[in-house]
Amino acid sequence: MRLHGFQRLIPYLFLLPGLLLFLTWMVYPLLRALQISVYDWKLLPGQVSQFVGLANYREVFTDPIFWSTLRNTLMYTVVTVTGQMALGLVAALLVHQAVRGRIFFRTLYYFPVITSWVIVSLLFKYLFDSSRSGLINYLLVAVLHLLPREIGWLSDARAAWAPIMSLGVWKGVGWSMMIFLAALQMVPLELYEVASIDGAGGWRKLWNVTLPMIRPTLIFVLVMLVIGGFQAFISIYLITAGGPMQRTEVLLSHMYNQGFKYLKFGYGAALSYVLAAIIATISFLQIKFLRRGVEV
Amino acid sequence: MVEKITARRLPRRLVLYAILVLGASLMAGPFLYMISTAFKGQVYVFEFPPQFIPTHPTIENFVKAWTSNNFAVYFVNSLVVAVATMTVMIVLTSMMAYAFARFEFAGKNFFFYTMLAMMMMPAMMLIFPQFILARNLNLLNKLPGLVVVYAAGGMAFNTFLLRGFFEGLPRELEEAVLIDGGGYFTIFTHIILPLSTPALATVGIFSFLGSWDEFIWALTVINEAKKRTLPIAIANFQGQHASDWGLVFAASLIAVIPVLIIYVSLQRYFVQGLTAGAVKG
Repeated sequence: MRLHGFQRLIPYLFLLPGLLLFLTWMVYPLLRALQISVYDWKLLPGQVSQFVGLANYREVFTDPIFWSTLRNTLMYTVVTVTGQMALGLVAALLVHQAVRGRIFFRTLYYFPVITSWVIVSLLFKYLFDSSRSGLINYLLVAVLHLLPREIGWLSDARAAWAPIMSLGVWKGVGWSMMIFLAALQMVPLELYEVASIDGAGGWRKLWNVTLPMIRPTLIFVLVMLVIGGFQAFISIYLITAGGPMQRTEVLLSHMYNQGFKYLKFGYGAALSYVLAAIIATISFLQIKFLRRGVEV
Repeated sequence: MVEKITARRLPRRLVLYAILVLGASLMAGPFLYMISTAFKGQVYVFEFPPQFIPTHPTIENFVKAWTSNNFAVYFVNSLVVAVATMTVMIVLTSMMAYAFARFEFAGKNFFFYTMLAMMMMPAMMLIFPQFILARNLNLLNKLPGLVVVYAAGGMAFNTFLLRGFFEGLPRELEEAVLIDGGGYFTIFTHIILPLSTPALATVGIFSFLGSWDEFIWALTVINEAKKRTLPIAIANFQGQHASDWGLVFAASLIAVIPVLIIYVSLQRYFVQGLTAGAVKG
């Protein structure tokens, strides 16, 4: 709308309260984190913070724990994103075809997404209890006879990834299903009719019609899930606390501990910028290479 | 002809529903087991073989969870924070979205893209400066300290969601208000907001649940026992009563009930909010 004189202030008045809150708690902290990252930041009042240039960043890259947490984060992301994409797509295709009960299944599959991370993390910790009466051990050993004896899920570094990763997939699969479902509903039915006339069967239709048509959504979900994978924290914090021997530590738990356990805010802030740079780079590359030939 | 098709499709249908039911039991199984455990006495929690339906069900855990450890206080804290976050979010983001949807002004693109960019940042990277800011503003151990961060954190996403909705509203009514001598504030409160209840509900639900479930920021800034919210209290519960899973899950279920009620009764707003912006034809 065209505004004159004092009226030009009107949009700013609508914007002002929200923008103030946003600038104070989001934009200012973002810039402040950059400042903190070049200081040996002292949290306690009265102590002087020393400017140290890029020393914190150098420390990040020479810290063996950073590299092992980066490796763990990448592994967690690859496994959980693959699981969520594949199972989410399968669930969406099936639910889409289920005329009866579609809403029921959709509602049920999505429920873990909105449950608090704290509750489901504790739940998985209990399900993967190391004793023989832990539900997963019980099912694997006594019911299905897949294992000769129970596994100490939380005391073995490799086994500990099982509860963490299966939780990541289980909790997230409903989200990708929901987005895929919405995309499937937008695919024009005529395309399937044309494909049928050409003699295409179910798999051909999936490969040649459905997947190409929902490709922008596939890319969107992939990018969002990868960003989410890098932000894994609560499940690890509550299930293994990074243990045993920091072997299940991820970038965010490492960052949080450096800051709030050892009060190394400067190092933590530097790590946060490194993390943001990694996420931005990966997202950019995914969009650049996958988007070819499609309007997203 | 019709019968033939149904006969051919019947096995296919059966397989389809068999897989869907298998999936449903994988999704619901852990929750059902949690409910079952919440009704077990302490001695039965690690019984072998594990009982799916408790042989000696008891509501002792629920009574203990609710009456001990200030649990009622935590519940009220969570509720206060979630309602405040929801209110602040709806008021502020609808105002911003109105400005973005209906006006041209200097700096519009700058503000718009700044917010868009912030949406891609991992929220936790701001935790150190946010903590320092909260301390300097004397907001540590205070519930408003939670509200401001929750509201600011969800602001960008909700503003975009509402802006998209407002842009789709017809403008004729608004012009009529102006001709009748009404102002832009009247348009906002009397036309835009009443026409946008579904979108506002979506924003409200997502901000309520986001706040209700939030853990990391609350863990960081709340030390005082009486100011805890439910997620912190439940995590602490598990720390204190390491093997008393019945108690932990009774507490968890109390926390899940409001979520479940909102979720089941307000279903359609979830789908709307999720797919807004995510799917373009």
